[in-house]
Amino acid sequence: MVAAISIQNISKNYGELQALDDVSLTIEEGEFFGLLGPNGAGKTTLISILAGLVVAERGQASIMGANVQDAFRKARRMLGVVPQELVFDPFFSVRETLQFQSGYFGIQDNEAWIDEIITELDLTGKADSNMRSLSGGMKRRVLVAQALVHRPPVIILDEPTAGVDVELRQSLWQFISRLNQDGHTIVLTTHYLEEAESLCQRIAMLKQGKIVALDTTANLLKRHGALKKDGEGKVDLEDVFVNIMSGSVL
Amino acid sequence: MKINPVVYRSGFPTLLRKEVKRFYKVAFQTIAAPVLTAILYLMIFEHVLSDKEMYGRISYAAFLIPGLVMMSVLQNAFLNTSSSLIQSKITGNLVFILLAPFSHFEFYAAYVLASVFRGLVVGICVLIITAWFATPSFESPLWILIFVFLGAAILGSLGLIAGIWADKFDQLSAFQNFIIMPATMLSGVFYSIHSLPDIWQVVSRFNPFFYMIDGFRYGFFGVSDVSPWSSLTIVAAFFVLVAAIALRLLQKGYKLRN
Repeated sequence: MVAAISIQNISKNYGELQALDDVSLTIEEGEFFGLLGPNGAGKTTLISILAGLVVAERGQASIMGANVQDAFRKARRMLGVVPQELVFDPFFSVRETLQFQSGYFGIQDNEAWIDEIITELDLTGKADSNMRSLSGGMKRRVLVAQALVHRPPVIILDEPTAGVDVELRQSLWQFISRLNQDGHTIVLTTHYLEEAESLCQRIAMLKQGKIVALDTTANLLKRHGALKKDGEGKVDLEDVFVNIMSGSVL
Repeated sequence: MKINPVVYRSGFPTLLRKEVKRFYKVAFQTIAAPVLTAILYLMIFEHVLSDKEMYGRISYAAFLIPGLVMMSVLQNAFLNTSSSLIQSKITGNLVFILLAPFSHFEFYAAYVLASVFRGLVVGICVLIITAWFATPSFESPLWILIFVFLGAAILGSLGLIAGIWADKFDQLSAFQNFIIMPATMLSGVFYSIHSLPDIWQVVSRFNPFFYMIDGFRYGFFGVSDVSPWSSLTIVAAFFVLVAAIALRLLQKGYKLRN
């Protein structure tokens, strides 16, 4: 079976700053995968390389077997990305935004699916509103809808719940979990570690451009629990994250 | 959502439609305003120079109209690509186009064809409204079409290059005000270069915009400062040059994919 995402020996520098240093990672089809790390760890750079927004200096990356540079058309069709920034085109309505995004991927007559994701993301009442008039939470929903409009098998969400209220976070995770159950591969970056703990089957932690931990969520928690000296209290992913980032051996 | 098999076509027609719809949504600013500017130029210059004849037989108003039409086409073609790209870069929504599976040819063709379309819409509006002042003849419509398409495509490509290069609105404004505007205004829109001192005639011949306007004007009157074939050769070569530069920048992802 072909890997949903394959990253081999990727390195990327921004001038003197080494954003990624020989990163290798494979994410299997159907996984709900967490990519965690502090600000500046290289998460967004790695996502940008997968999306073709940034070119790596060394190494190879592929989506569903398609190299992101050599077979960029196939790779991009296989991938949906929810960007971290709340960006939108102020000229168009929600529906126009989704129709254009669908057309960019060469999909015509996609109205039924556009209607479905508008409904699923509770955007029905705003479908014909200009993007400028939407609240931050609504704009975030449209970003998710744009990433899904071409029905990609692999979906990357770059901090999708940053600045989003509790209600939307819950409905968004229910929707994303359903996509995962339907067979979509989900890659999530977030600073809300309780979300990553409850949703992700496997987690990679990045620090200063290197992978410093890569295991199933259960194993990370188990290993940390076994080493915890006081033996009291429930171990959570935040404890694991803090220990790994501070350099403690697990 | 089930992962259904989907038939993929080129995204080029959608990107072209989006770029056209973008300027159509603000047509008062993108079409009506430049038409008004051209009419004001015509009213002022025609009033001051109404007794002047060009090429020995053409009224100044009739001579000026093709120049104003072409100037409007060129400036608006440049503005369409450059403003669209810089706005998308600065607001960040260019990411939606960069995430899509466009080749650099599709990206280039969609942006430049939309700019040609805007240039033509503005040019036709200027031509229709200025016909109230004078009606130029249409001696060789094919030359008119060739030069207007090539001129608009060149300025659309230059707008793309400027939009890619500029990081801020003031950089784009500098490109427009210190390169495009002087080159357009000094290209013979308002005069024949034979009326200039010798040194400025020589300087004018190094301005590719002069050949766009002179060739375009030949299509109306059947006379021009230089042979239309010479103008076509120079304009076509200039188009190939700017198109090659724009395509290379897009292919490398210069200031777009980094």
